[in-house]
Amino acid sequence: MNKPNMLNRSRNTWHTIRVWRDRLFVVGFVMSVAIGILGLAALLIDILADGLPYLNWNFISSYSSYEPTEAGILGPLGGTLWIAGLTALFTIPLGVGTAIYLEEFATKNRLNRLIELNIANLAGVPSVIYGLLGLAMFVQFLFGGSRNVTAGALTMTLLVLPIVVIASQEAIKAVPASYRDAAYAMGANRWQVVKSVVLPQAMPGMMSGIILALSRAIGESAPILIISSLVVVTFVPTTPDSSFTVLPLQIFTWIGHQNPEFRGIAAAAIIVLLGLLLTMNGIAIWIRNKYQVRPEQ
Amino acid sequence: MSTTTNLEPNQDLIERVARRRRRQKTEQKAVTVLLFLAALISIFTTVGVVILLVSQSAGFFAEVSIWKFLTGTEWAPHLSPEKSGVLELVGGTLLVAVVAGIVALTLGLGAAIFLSEYAPEKLRRILKPILEVLAGIPTVVYGYFALTFVTPIFQTLFGAEQVSIFNALSAGIVMGLMIMPMVSTLSEDAMVAVPRSLRDAAYALGATRFEVATKVVMPAALSGIVASFILAMSRAIGETMIVKIAAGAQPNLTLNPLESIQTMTAYIVQISGGEAAQGSFEYKTIFAVGLLLFTMTLLMNIIGRWVISRFRQEYE
Repeated sequence: MNKPNMLNRSRNTWHTIRVWRDRLFVVGFVMSVAIGILGLAALLIDILADGLPYLNWNFISSYSSYEPTEAGILGPLGGTLWIAGLTALFTIPLGVGTAIYLEEFATKNRLNRLIELNIANLAGVPSVIYGLLGLAMFVQFLFGGSRNVTAGALTMTLLVLPIVVIASQEAIKAVPASYRDAAYAMGANRWQVVKSVVLPQAMPGMMSGIILALSRAIGESAPILIISSLVVVTFVPTTPDSSFTVLPLQIFTWIGHQNPEFRGIAAAAIIVLLGLLLTMNGIAIWIRNKYQVRPEQ
Repeated sequence: MSTTTNLEPNQDLIERVARRRRRQKTEQKAVTVLLFLAALISIFTTVGVVILLVSQSAGFFAEVSIWKFLTGTEWAPHLSPEKSGVLELVGGTLLVAVVAGIVALTLGLGAAIFLSEYAPEKLRRILKPILEVLAGIPTVVYGYFALTFVTPIFQTLFGAEQVSIFNALSAGIVMGLMIMPMVSTLSEDAMVAVPRSLRDAAYALGATRFEVATKVVMPAALSGIVASFILAMSRAIGETMIVKIAAGAQPNLTLNPLESIQTMTAYIVQISGGEAAQGSFEYKTIFAVGLLLFTMTLLMNIIGRWVISRFRQEYE
């Protein structure tokens, strides 16, 4: 009489424990998401609070200065746009070309498998290493010691190339095989199929991958810190062999400045940088949503 | 009359078609070669990195033995080549990475479980992109956040004399926030791939959602979770700007995250940013440190991807 009762009671307690453990951990899981989002919110609020007072048109249209209230970001902003433009110029043909080769032309042999594996590994190489490579290969070897904006862009190209290749491969893979078959059936050769069927179809996916890669290039500072090593820049680069600095590097310099007031303008420059990145990401998402209509397969 | 001419093959047309075919063939051949060359760039990059690091650090290893470099505990190569023990830098790097790993694994795994097991599809579609914004913020911004927001909080909590302005804890926590989406996205992908029927079987036996998540879904998705963690740690070890800004420039072999340290990456940018003359012994050290960093991250990436491919459960 007593025994089943006790068993029942212990079963009941165990059940209660399990139910409460379930509820407790739900709170824990929700908290992890919440902490992530709160961290993001704290970061944005911190930067807006510090930087907004310094943000005005003068800040964007004037050059750096030793006077924090007069300093502006025109020089590094120009450098950033140069880097973005040149990186796009180098990355798009190389990245898209590699992706087309791997997806449409390559046979499944050892060399091509090695290329794919290698690209995946390159995506994980720390950015400082690319900085060292750029310093030795482009600055010292190619340009004879000139720390110019082309050397910076070439380094950034190597850094973001894996991102463009992988995104473009995904976009090409998403083109239905039936499209290719139809073109082949009309007598087109491989290159004609790629040129007039696969590429137009894969373009939106590739574009959004390219834009994301460029926003990575704009936000990256470690390799540029190694290659540019300029602290104060009071000019906008006018030629591809001009020396330069970029926004993240200027922000880094201002954060480290002895005068704490420079932190305010560092935050203002961060707002500009984040605004730029937000716009680019917005465009990438817009392109993806507007053009990537999945055909029924 | 006209019929006979029609039956005769039009030599001119045949000639034109043949010429066009030949041109298309040459064009295709040329394009194939060009595309192949583009693909080779990635191989050249890797070869370039390896040759550069090995050849440039050869001068360093001529003066300091590899064993001494890897096991020495004092890092002051600007004073004497004798003091080239990289452990101080490796220790600093690992200290920050471990803090970041703890933050990223706890938050990332929790978020992944919530998103894949609890959140309704609508909420998931809103939360996921917000979390992924964290991965897209430039690292210099995280550095600013660590230095001006997180460190002052710890200084108030533990006392300003306990907490150095530049410390491993702030840098590590903020870095954990940065790599959290990497853990959560990869882990969630692995969890979503676990078939519904396994969950339903556990529910039918009376399991709670927590039990389904931890005893059914997580073991089935373990390879993805482990891999996400290894890849995130590799990212943490290679990260530069956060530690350069917020963790300090003091080589220091310590377990106390409130102290100032220096990581391998921060050392590389400090020296290559123009502090040492090219060709000097100090300049050679950055390539030795770079070689070690490259090897560590490469190994972790290879292991991470191997775990994914080797232990992935294939379900019908």
